[in-house]
Amino acid sequence: MQVANQSVSAQIGEAGGVKPAARRSPRTGLFWQLLSNRKASVGVGLVLFFVAMALFGPLLVSHDPGAFVGAPNEAPSAEFPFGTTGQGQDVLAQTVAGARTSLAVGFIVGLVVMVIGAIIGMTAGYFGGWVDSVLSLLTNVFLIIPGLPMTVVIAAYLRPGPVTIGVVLVVTGWAWNARVLRSQMLALREKDFVSAALVSGEGHLRIIFREILPNMTSLLMSGFISATVYAIGAQVGLEFLGIGDVGVVTWGTNLYWASNNAAMLTGAWWTVVPTGLCVALIAFALVLINFAIDEMTNPRLRTDRGWTRMLKLNKLEEGLSTPVVRRHGR
Amino acid sequence: MRHLLKNLGLYALAAWASLTLNFIIPRMMPGDPASAMFARFAGQLQPEAIEALRAAFGFTNEPLLQQYFTYLSHMFQGDLGISVAYFPSSVTEVIGTGLGWTLLLSGTAVLISFGLGSLLGVVATWRRGGWLDSTLPPLLSFLGAFPYFWLAMVLLYGLGYTLGAFPLRHAYSDMLAPELSGEFIASVAEHMVLPALSIVIASLGGWMLGMRSSMVGVLAEDYISLANAKGLSQGRIMFHYAARNALLPNITGFGMAIGFVLSGSLLTEIVFSYPGQGYLLIQAVRNQDYPLMQGIFLTITLAVLGANLLVDILYVWLDPRTRAR
Repeated sequence: MQVANQSVSAQIGEAGGVKPAARRSPRTGLFWQLLSNRKASVGVGLVLFFVAMALFGPLLVSHDPGAFVGAPNEAPSAEFPFGTTGQGQDVLAQTVAGARTSLAVGFIVGLVVMVIGAIIGMTAGYFGGWVDSVLSLLTNVFLIIPGLPMTVVIAAYLRPGPVTIGVVLVVTGWAWNARVLRSQMLALREKDFVSAALVSGEGHLRIIFREILPNMTSLLMSGFISATVYAIGAQVGLEFLGIGDVGVVTWGTNLYWASNNAAMLTGAWWTVVPTGLCVALIAFALVLINFAIDEMTNPRLRTDRGWTRMLKLNKLEEGLSTPVVRRHGR
Repeated sequence: MRHLLKNLGLYALAAWASLTLNFIIPRMMPGDPASAMFARFAGQLQPEAIEALRAAFGFTNEPLLQQYFTYLSHMFQGDLGISVAYFPSSVTEVIGTGLGWTLLLSGTAVLISFGLGSLLGVVATWRRGGWLDSTLPPLLSFLGAFPYFWLAMVLLYGLGYTLGAFPLRHAYSDMLAPELSGEFIASVAEHMVLPALSIVIASLGGWMLGMRSSMVGVLAEDYISLANAKGLSQGRIMFHYAARNALLPNITGFGMAIGFVLSGSLLTEIVFSYPGQGYLLIQAVRNQDYPLMQGIFLTITLAVLGANLLVDILYVWLDPRTRAR
């Protein structure tokens, strides 16, 4: 974020505060707003927790995730807080170890999907004409073809493993971002500051990256977040199907083995619940951050407690109009 | 009308693209299905059989372009080849049995979650900041964060295995033969409850939030104030004025959601051994039954395209503005 703030101040110097983004003081930037939003801070907290778990967790857990350390299907106990799998592995160790691959693949795929989507969408939106026609068509075709079945088919031909799954997820996942960023680009391209930059002789690349891109920060960020949510979910789903390296410990393969050992029909719920909760919690945390970004960029969505209270105090009927309540100090 | 024609072109192109992908992917990969199949049945097949297998899969020594046209003409004749796992049934026959179940399951689930989710969205937005509006969005998006199939597993365990309230697998009771009788339909419905419920729970939140955000926009419009000024009943304004218009953007989402839900039900089908397309697809992957795999991918794609087209037509019918142009 430090970098972004520097670039904002750099723009103030260059463009003399033409852009709306340039007038922001650092304290009201996206990052600070995120921290003061309750949803976002819960989300960021949870994400940090899982990242810490992925990085340091395996060092703290006493059992090796792959080793057969106990009797099969042991219920949670003091020695195995989350019980053991149908093969006698420690579920806690597997859950913690699974976070590594699952999160790494999720975040990397999310980032790559965001970058590819941004390049294609922004190019289409900025240049228009036949470039736009071709790229939009490609985007729309990829949007319509159902992703998961295509992923299954492609992955079935390739050698199973996290890299394969990552590549396949990028191929099937970039289109949504491209569409969103294209429409935003179409809107921004018409703004005065772009015309001003064109007239002053700036190159296309410079306009796209230095003038327009900073105005898209929140969209790019929410694009990255939703791509990551997609990547984590789809990856877990694919691995659950057994497409992927079932020898590597990830959240998806944990569920694959649980299902293979008929965990739900032998009552071994503890092999399924922790991993599922982790997947849901990280996805929920990311979605919360996305909501917060949405609320900041679209004031209409704000459910301000203050608004309801004000209505009640003034004995007004609620539900008639849209509250656009400004936060204090803005 | 122009909008519809444009989309029709897009769907045709998407159909062609997935046909072509189906042709290209196996040919780009190292090895070919025939050799894989041959290796699997090592010792049981005569060496000469490999050529016959290759021919059966459409891998001949002809130039690629010619192979492509042969492939396309076969596709248009509905000839998707012979299934390996269900030999000697044709792929078309195998898919015919699965498609009905998938459409039944996802169709029911999508309709229920769309209807219920939109209704919840309308009611919650109407009392903004009320208890419904403050509890439902976080709760439903938390539930929506769980993978479809995980919810299916938990429902299977809780309601199926522990309580024994619902059957655990398959689409109907093994004791019954498929027929149009009350007993059979009841059995199908009973077997559908848990898989459908898992899809509904997972997708409800999306509908509700979509409806909520478009309701928020609609409620700010002048005609809502006018309706209020006229003294119309709140229920009338809520459903006839606001919800009706707010529903339109959600209808577009409906088309996309069908694709997601068809894919999501794929995983749910595995959990419940529900004999739909998803279950068949995974059987095909596990058995390296490439013709069946591609056939299923193609039918799922076509089903999604068809559903999108229907939604487009519905949209034109619902929104007079698209007709005027």
